[in-house]
This record gives sequence, C-alpha cells and structure tokens, in this order.
Amino acid sequence: MKKVLVVGASLLIMAAFFGMIALNLTFGSPKTTDMDDYFLRNGQELTGSNNECTAVVFDFRGFDTLGESTVLFCAIVGVGLMFRKMQGGEEYEDE
Amino acid sequence: MRMSKIVRTAADILYPAILIFGLYIVAHGHLTPGGGFQGGAVIATGGALVIVAYNYKEVTGWLKKNVLTGQEVSGLVGFIGVGLLALAFGQVFFFNYLVGSGSIFGMPVPYGINPGELNTAGIVPLMNFAVGIEVWGGLTVVILYMLSGLEKEGC
Repeated sequence: MKKVLVVGASLLIMAAFFGMIALNLTFGSPKTTDMDDYFLRNGQELTGSNNECTAVVFDFRGFDTLGESTVLFCAIVGVGLMFRKMQGGEEYEDE
Repeated sequence: MRMSKIVRTAADILYPAILIFGLYIVAHGHLTPGGGFQGGAVIATGGALVIVAYNYKEVTGWLKKNVLTGQEVSGLVGFIGVGLLALAFGQVFFFNYLVGSGSIFGMPVPYGINPGELNTAGIVPLMNFAVGIEVWGGLTVVILYMLSGLEKEGC
C-alpha cells in the first residue's frame, strides 16, 4: 500500500513537472533560436550543401557521425562474435 | 530452404533496382532528403530480399562475408581518412576543406533556393559514400551471420 502511494505520488509530481514545461512552451516558436538561425542562414554557404540536415550531421557535427559509425561497427563486430565458427574442442557455455 | 521460383525471379529483377535506388540516395545525400545511413539501409534491404529468396549456400556463393566485412571496415576507415586529410591542408580534423575551392565537389552555393548541383558540398558527399558503403556491408553481413546461426540448427 505504501509502495503504491509512493509510486503514485512520484508519478504525479513528474507529470506536473513535465506538464508545466510542456504547457509553457509554444509549439513552433522556441525560446532561444540563435543556433538554429545560424545554421539556417549560413549553413548553405558554409558547407555548400542544399540539404540542411546533411550539412548539420556531416559537417557541423561530424564527431557525432563518427561516433554513430563506430557504434554501428561495434554492434556488427559483436554480432559476428556471437555467431562465429567454433574452433575444435570449443563449446558454447551452458546457461 | 529456398523459396518458390516466382519469389526468386522477383528478387533477381528487384535487386539491381534497389541497388540503384540506394546508391542514388547516397549520391544525392547533400541535395535531397537521405544520406549515407539511409541509402545504405535501403541497399541492405535488397540484400535481405535476396537472402530470403535463396538458401544459405546459394547466397554465400556470390554475397561473400569477407567482401561485406571489408566494405564495412573500408567505409569506416575512409570516413576517418577523409576527416584526417584536412590536416594535410593545414586545417583541423573534419574541416570541410573542399567547399568553395573550385576543384572536385567545390562549386560555391548561394544562399536561398537553387536548382541544386551535384558538384558541391565539399567533403560531405565523400563522407556520405563512406558511410553508405559501411552501412551497406554491415547490415547485410549481420543478416548473413544470423542466417549462418540458423543453418547450424538445420533450417
């Protein structure tokens, strides 16, 4: 009973918190637009890319894309390790 | 277990079309919606179609794991290499050293609506190609690995 009360109260507080934030923000007109405006005004000339998304992903935030590629590589290496061919005498570990 | 002749013929016809469409998405990543990740995923769906239509032995005859793994590795190395090449031009890592230089991928682009020229955007298309090749090889080889695991069970 006590647990239900605590969980309910924390859920209510979280809902109030996020609800207040959500109601105070107006859709389509964010409070601070400095960085968006910079990307939209100068991105085309700085990167030469008509597609603003690609300009941000591959040029302004190249390190982010480098991390994404590395994560993909690591995931595929992990799958390859899982399904690799077993050497002679090597066994799958029992659960 | 291979599927019926209808599915196999459809896969044969559709595979080059999917390949060309995916390469188009990769090559026009700096002009139209899309890019390396999306185009590579489109090409990988073509590989998945062929893998579903044929059985494991037939597919691995020409869709080789070594080639796909090499594609994945060379894509990632090419991506980092294109970024590192900026150091040779006296710039920082990942700097777009080709844009506006007038050479390959170096046509200047004015601000505003324009028809779009493929020969623009500096290192962005090169990075798109590298990432596209990486995702193409990586996602296809994941499906092949899982199929090889199924084949041990006797499917």
